[in-house]
Amino acid sequence: MFASSAPHGVSATQSEIAPMIALDEVSFGYTKDRKILSGVSLTVPKGKLVAVMGGSGCGKTTILRLICGQHTASAGTVKVSGQSIDSMSRDQLYAHRRRLGMLFQFGALFTDMTVFENIAFPMREHTDLPESIIRDLVLMKLNAVGLRGTAELKPSELSGGMARRVALARTIALDPELVLYDEPFAGLDPISLSVVGQLIRKLNDALGMTSILVTHDIMESLKIVDYIYFISEGKVVAHGDVATIKSSNDPFVKQFVNGEPDGPVRFHYPAKPLVEEFSGAAA
Amino acid sequence: MNGFVTGVANWFIGIGEATRGGITRLGFATRFLLAVIRASGSTFLRPRLLIKELYHAGVLSLIIVLMSGLFIGMVLALQGYETLVRFGATEAMGVLVALSLVRELGPVVAGLLFASRAGSAITAEIGLMKTTEQLAAMEVMAVDPVARVVAPRFWAGVISLPLLAALFSTLGIYGGYLVGVKLIGIDGGAFWGQMQAAVDWRYDVLNGVIKSIVFAVAVSLIAVFEGYDATPTAEGVSAATTRTVVTSALVILALDFVLTVFMFRGSI
Amino acid sequence: MNKRTVDLWVGIFVAIGIAALFFLALKVGNLLNFKEEKNGYEVMVRFDNIGNLKARAPVKSAGVVVGRVERIRLDPKTYEATVRIHLEKNFQFPKDTIATIFTSGLLGEQFVGLEAGGDSVMLQDEEWIKKSQSAIQIEKLISQFLFNQAQSGSNGAPANGNAPAAAGVKP
Repeated sequence: MFASSAPHGVSATQSEIAPMIALDEVSFGYTKDRKILSGVSLTVPKGKLVAVMGGSGCGKTTILRLICGQHTASAGTVKVSGQSIDSMSRDQLYAHRRRLGMLFQFGALFTDMTVFENIAFPMREHTDLPESIIRDLVLMKLNAVGLRGTAELKPSELSGGMARRVALARTIALDPELVLYDEPFAGLDPISLSVVGQLIRKLNDALGMTSILVTHDIMESLKIVDYIYFISEGKVVAHGDVATIKSSNDPFVKQFVNGEPDGPVRFHYPAKPLVEEFSGAAA
Repeated sequence: MNGFVTGVANWFIGIGEATRGGITRLGFATRFLLAVIRASGSTFLRPRLLIKELYHAGVLSLIIVLMSGLFIGMVLALQGYETLVRFGATEAMGVLVALSLVRELGPVVAGLLFASRAGSAITAEIGLMKTTEQLAAMEVMAVDPVARVVAPRFWAGVISLPLLAALFSTLGIYGGYLVGVKLIGIDGGAFWGQMQAAVDWRYDVLNGVIKSIVFAVAVSLIAVFEGYDATPTAEGVSAATTRTVVTSALVILALDFVLTVFMFRGSI
Repeated sequence: MNKRTVDLWVGIFVAIGIAALFFLALKVGNLLNFKEEKNGYEVMVRFDNIGNLKARAPVKSAGVVVGRVERIRLDPKTYEATVRIHLEKNFQFPKDTIATIFTSGLLGEQFVGLEAGGDSVMLQDEEWIKKSQSAIQIEKLISQFLFNQAQSGSNGAPANGNAPAAAGVKP
């Protein structure tokens, strides 16, 4: 369905404009004696889909929290579009967060709201859009992940894969410039997994976003990402584009096999025809 | 001998650490209260959120509070009659029932019921939202979870409990009236008349309401704090829920003693 | 749960809650009487001994409640109790009214009784009631009774020298 590597030139423009995300020799630990990250450097150019991989508990999620500004690095700098996160005021930090979306490990959907309200949540919190426009936007986002028919369901009524896609729709609700994925494939069956994987790639290209994918699912990632960083014990142990990684002899990197492509399972959840749904909104 | 010394030393170290932990938590809770108050502006600008939480905290606690109030009033009247009849002072039953309820039982029992019905639910809800990263998701969406999730629940509790306590006392007095006047046959006029002569609206009723407001702030803070501070696991949330009920009960009773000393010392 | 249903229930809850507060204040706490009290006036009276009189005790005249005890202080010079009494506006008392501390029943609560005199000038706000009669202390009565019994038993003559000190009318 999609090319396994990005068709755009990666290195040509990289040096001229500031990268979307740049971590420079970043260290972090919750306590002084136990470091989770020690001297991690990585860059994510604008418009790219970059994977950060490693085993459980190696500090992958911490990198995302540093980028969100939920944690502060104990050493080194985290820069977003050239600006250091440590130097941001609370207002600047919230402005920064408004430009990014994050997909949490198990979706983190609000359990007391319907699917519709979940996706409308960031819109209602940050915009004064009229209800009819919010409705159209929400249904468009849901349609993008193929779940327009689930709008009135509660998150508890969804399967794991569907919940992840709804969470993805909520993540992109405000068209963020930067999307962070925290283990988007965790606990999904192979079909849901490749559906979510391809959605991530498709949304990245279609909406011109920059994405960081934190995962231990190397098989699926190799099919969709542009560049890969391997983290082990708080350090970057290997990095490179997909071709480099595939030909790498690094024992840590030699762990991937080709996954299954999209199957006969339908992409869209049963719903009213698209035209009827949207013309009904105006009436 | 040496082992004994180490044992005693460890025991003291344990006490010291527990005390320090407790005081640290108290400090954190105070800071949290300030954060909640600072984030409360949006709660009152968006009444929709507050109304939803008022429903959960107040309306859903109505049945248990009303029923308990009625029964406690009836029991008070029965027990009070047993004692008062020995002194030939059964007309004072109205005074007995009303003063017990308005000054003490209304705020205290309604507070305890509220802590176990609504407080535990609030803790569980917020704890679960933390466990499933819903709070973190809000934070990343640039929505302050203290303003969006915690503050409405806190204020709903603060508003609900005084109303519930008033309803509790009212139903209790009605229960006392049912038993005293309708069942035992005390003169209704004496029941109400003596009550009105003895109960002072400022001294008794207002102080009772102030008590219930203090309890409301305490219980609501404990409930939201325990939820927010819960260890993000299933066991952590269940432990936090238990802590809410236990801590609330102890705090209500301790505060009740302190407040009673301050408010009613003059007549003791 | 529908939004409208939630609104309705919350509305009912708040309404009956506030109604209960009013019930407690008006029907139980008798807030309406307080308004009259507020418009009343205050007078002071000295007692040698107030017994168990407490603040907020009723003030009665001919058995009718006409006010409440507002405050009790000890005069540091004369060692007498100064009692501040709040009286309702519509009850006026002559200047030579006598204030007495009574006990309702043998062991009941104590209250101030006012006995109107014949003066044509009425008491004004912040004025003093000149005549007062202290509380009867049962312990003293009993000890006096026993003392008298003992004296009459040995002397055959009644001792009346210092007997009515506690209950004596102050000039």
